[in-house]
Amino acid sequence: MENTVVSATNFNAWFGDNHVVKDVTINIEKNQCIAVMGPSGCGKTTFLRCINRMHELIPGATAKGSLKLYSDEIYTMNPIYVRYKIGMVFQRPNPFPNLSIYDNVIAGYKLNGLKVPKADLDNIVQKSLTSAALWNEVKDSLYKKGTFLSGGQQQRLCIARAIAMEPEVILFDEPTSALDPISTSSVEQLFHELKEKYTLIIVTHNMQQAARVSDKTAFFYVGELVEFDDTKQMFTAPSDVRTQNYITGRFN
Amino acid sequence: MDKNKRLDLSYSQMKWETIFKRLLIVMSAIILLLVVGVFFTLIVESWPSIKSLGVKFLWGKVWDPVNNIYGAYPFLIGTLLTSFTALIISIPFSYAIAIYLGEYNPKGWLSDLLKNTIELIAAVPSIIYGFWALFVLVPEVRKLETAIHVTPYGVGVFTASLVLAVMIIPYAAALGTSLIRMVPSPLKEGAYALGATRFEVIRSVILPYTRSGLFAGILLSLGRALGETMAVTVLIGNTSAIANTFKDIFFGPGNTMASVIANEFAEADHALYLSALIELGLVLFFVTVIINLIGKRIITKYTNN
Repeated sequence: MENTVVSATNFNAWFGDNHVVKDVTINIEKNQCIAVMGPSGCGKTTFLRCINRMHELIPGATAKGSLKLYSDEIYTMNPIYVRYKIGMVFQRPNPFPNLSIYDNVIAGYKLNGLKVPKADLDNIVQKSLTSAALWNEVKDSLYKKGTFLSGGQQQRLCIARAIAMEPEVILFDEPTSALDPISTSSVEQLFHELKEKYTLIIVTHNMQQAARVSDKTAFFYVGELVEFDDTKQMFTAPSDVRTQNYITGRFN
Repeated sequence: MDKNKRLDLSYSQMKWETIFKRLLIVMSAIILLLVVGVFFTLIVESWPSIKSLGVKFLWGKVWDPVNNIYGAYPFLIGTLLTSFTALIISIPFSYAIAIYLGEYNPKGWLSDLLKNTIELIAAVPSIIYGFWALFVLVPEVRKLETAIHVTPYGVGVFTASLVLAVMIIPYAAALGTSLIRMVPSPLKEGAYALGATRFEVIRSVILPYTRSGLFAGILLSLGRALGETMAVTVLIGNTSAIANTFKDIFFGPGNTMASVIANEFAEADHALYLSALIELGLVLFFVTVIINLIGKRIITKYTNN
């Protein structure tokens, strides 16, 4: 079990009275790429947002149960520290429009008021952009605004921004649903490289994507974790009839 | 960076966060206290009047400081009548401007010119409107009054309402313009794609979408009208007696709560008189609060739909 990075035990989350995540128990292992799928409103995004405590930013949102990063209980940790350890990439690319590409990558350091020597920052920027497969495309325009990039490049910039903090885990909330197929495949390509260093948890609506990129897949339905298994197993011989129905498109 | 150093930093970040939050709360609380303080002062200062006149102050029709008789009814009517008349006159203009600047002509020099001019209306000191109306509007109103066979005072509730209407246009117009510009274009395009004309898009997409905001704009205008003092004092004729027929009330001279206070505050030579004037202020405070509360209720109802 020492390989487990994120683990939930009987974890629940609510929006007001609306019980959106029900008794989820899951163990996520290091350097794996986990796909989380399920129909809209099944609680998968909410669960994702609980992992770095973004959920509680919404008024009326509450959570209960055990959710751990290694052996530390996430909900008793300092939320700032949690978000430093667990990065996030959102559905729509959201580079800060007022910052250059360079400043976008080190935005985490700037926001947190971390003092880092310029040479180290240059290093971090190059390394992060390289890991996000963006360095070659932007190395000549580092000081231009990040918003001039294409959607796919912007999303990779956001990934670089998350990587720059050297987190343990990176959460992706439908990271390619606002991108065209070419950008999507470049981001998907990236997942294979990123999981060498990080643990990836990806919420996706796209079943082909889940099949292409993930090692394991979790299927959520009406707030419950129905099934969590090796992706290959899940897509060829799911053990739950609800999963079977969902992946074959016979769902209503 | 090692874990402990990073944790320490996290905690100091959280500490500043807490201090900042407290600062915000304190600043907001100061404003809240200020309003409570104003309200408290009004009550304390008007207490002698409340005690000796009771609730009949509200519907007493006679205001006669010489004989120590105080009734707020004429001014209550004056305030509500001028404000609502002004509002009714201003709404078509505010909406027309908001729709034109928000939907038909949201960009370009003409749009900018018009928008800035409208905003300028709110920036002109109200005494200037008072003078302008006294010299330009009053003779015209007098002609109208002669034509429809009412005593041609020229000054009065109607004249005050006209000027008030001009003064409150920019509030609803500016808010309405911004709101209409913010209607998401997919929503509008959805209607255009079904063959709707611009007018139909405005009627069936834009107006319903911005309904509660437009109403809030009206409320803002109304709040301004209720409290407006200077221009009204110049134009309303300053009569504390209330006429018998609606026509005479509407076209004849009158007074609003604000204009009585402005006019008579300096002459209030005994304690009860002064106290009664302050009680008028308290009543104005309540009228404004009640109208705002009703407005907020209506906005919430619209928004939930």
